[in-house]
Amino acid sequence: MAFGTIKNVRKVFPVGELGSRATEPVVALDDASFSFERGELIALLGPSGCGKTTLLRIVAGLIAKTSGSVTIGGREVTGPLGDYGFVFQAPSLMPWRSVIDNVLFPMEILRRSDKAARARASELLALVGLATFHHARPHQLSGGMQQRVALCRALIHQPNLLLMDEPFGALDELTRLEMNDLLLRIRQETGASVLFVTHSISEAVYLADQVIVFSRRPARVSQQIPVSLPYPRNQAMRFTPAFTQAERAASEALGIVPHVEALAS
Amino acid sequence: MTARSLTRIVYPMTGLLLIVVAWGLACWLGRLPVVVLPSPDKVLYAFAGNIPLLLEESWVTLKETLYGFGLALLLGLPMAVAVANSRTLNLMFYPLLIALQSVPKVALAPIILVWLGPDLQSKLAIAWLVAFFPIIVDTAAGLRATPKELLELAHSLKATRTQILFKVQFPAALPFVMTGAKVAITLAVIGAVIGEFVGSSEGLGFLLLTATSQLDTPLAFAALFALSILGVLVYLMVEAVELLIAPWLPPAPERH
Ligand SMILES: Nc1ncnc2c1ncn2[C@@H]1O[C@H](COP(=O)(O)OP(=O)(O)OP(=O)(O)O)[C@@H](O)[C@H]1O
Ligand SMILES: [Mg+2]
Repeated sequence: MAFGTIKNVRKVFPVGELGSRATEPVVALDDASFSFERGELIALLGPSGCGKTTLLRIVAGLIAKTSGSVTIGGREVTGPLGDYGFVFQAPSLMPWRSVIDNVLFPMEILRRSDKAARARASELLALVGLATFHHARPHQLSGGMQQRVALCRALIHQPNLLLMDEPFGALDELTRLEMNDLLLRIRQETGASVLFVTHSISEAVYLADQVIVFSRRPARVSQQIPVSLPYPRNQAMRFTPAFTQAERAASEALGIVPHVEALAS
Repeated sequence: MTARSLTRIVYPMTGLLLIVVAWGLACWLGRLPVVVLPSPDKVLYAFAGNIPLLLEESWVTLKETLYGFGLALLLGLPMAVAVANSRTLNLMFYPLLIALQSVPKVALAPIILVWLGPDLQSKLAIAWLVAFFPIIVDTAAGLRATPKELLELAHSLKATRTQILFKVQFPAALPFVMTGAKVAITLAVIGAVIGEFVGSSEGLGFLLLTATSQLDTPLAFAALFALSILGVLVYLMVEAVELLIAPWLPPAPERH
């Protein structure tokens, strides 16, 4: 059985529900279904407002779904499971904590902040190239460095699933490419499964085992595109036919370029 | 001396000096009677000659201020937590708090005096009353301005309410709390003095009042200066505490 199964998930934000901003019921997700294996990196691609963030929050157990089912690692998700890593679009670090204490935050919450945790935090910071910044404050770091700290924070408790919501969307192109390679390396070393929301077709194809494409709101999964490039990947692969093919398939699914058959007729 | 301490000390001092000179000139040129506006040297003389008295009365006002402020913190912080974390309490009390904040609370001073008598308690109560609102309102605003992502992160790790409060919400709100505290301590001084005006037998406000009634204007001015110094000192105290417990706060923007 697959490691993660999202089946017919539907989410309607009713009017006046606690924490809802809606003035009329909003169908944020219509019918999302897909599944993935342990260790797979799944890119979620779709137009703005189609419900990608909503889906991540449902998978994380932060909000309730209206119907459907989510199973991760054999457990039905009804609330937070406590063993996911979360990376947001903004680094969202705590300005009152040093870099290493930011990384250790999840361990404190889980009451596992011991010597071993500190050692692991150091290891992770070294892995992302921030070995000399343990005691720096977040505001002393650049945006890219902050996002790397956020990545360490998401990994410190060795989660089996990493949820990333446009984590590199605010970074410049070059930093973004570096972060892509870093993420792939980390994924290889930790074996974590990753759900990765992005707006960038090429980022999705470069990173993912499979690209899930959502339709416009209310979102349905319009296509599941496997990427046939081997790992470890490198930037040169962007210029291979397999890469272009996957990009084309994703663009077609998004409706940006017409389908090949449509052109032929 | 760094450029920063230069701008923070030398410039205000020069400004002060200019004002004192203008004041002296006004007295000398305008030949104003001492009762109306004593010249700076007379005020300085009254100040220097009454240091024990001024210290004694300052001590009284300082106590009233600090007790009132401390009580405002003690009650304001938990109440802010309650209001910020409970939707029901928030709906019930937050509008009320905002409305009450704009009531001129010094107008309540005579009533409070009737209730609590002319001793420390009534001054403390008035200082508390004026200091309480900025603390609770700013703290509640700060608690509710906690970044959503940090809360989601905590929730995704199954954090308890206590953990969320002390490890996320409260530190995130601290800059707001400190802003409220700075306003509150300044108001607490005013509250204490108003209380002394309305009914008291000690404190700088009382000294100010008796000095003017005896037409000893230089002493009244000396009391006024003691009051300013007290105000600045308690404000600096709050700032020092802020530096101590929240050193991560970005440095205050340079004022123009
Ligand atoms: N708490 C909420 N209350 C009401 N409506 C909401 C809420 N959260 C999201 N929505 C609505 O659900 C829809 C999907 O939102 P979501 O944030 O999941 O989109 P998204 O795919 O992540 O968009 P983007 O790519 O721009 O981040 C939007 O129309 C949004 O307005
Ligand atoms: Mg989103």
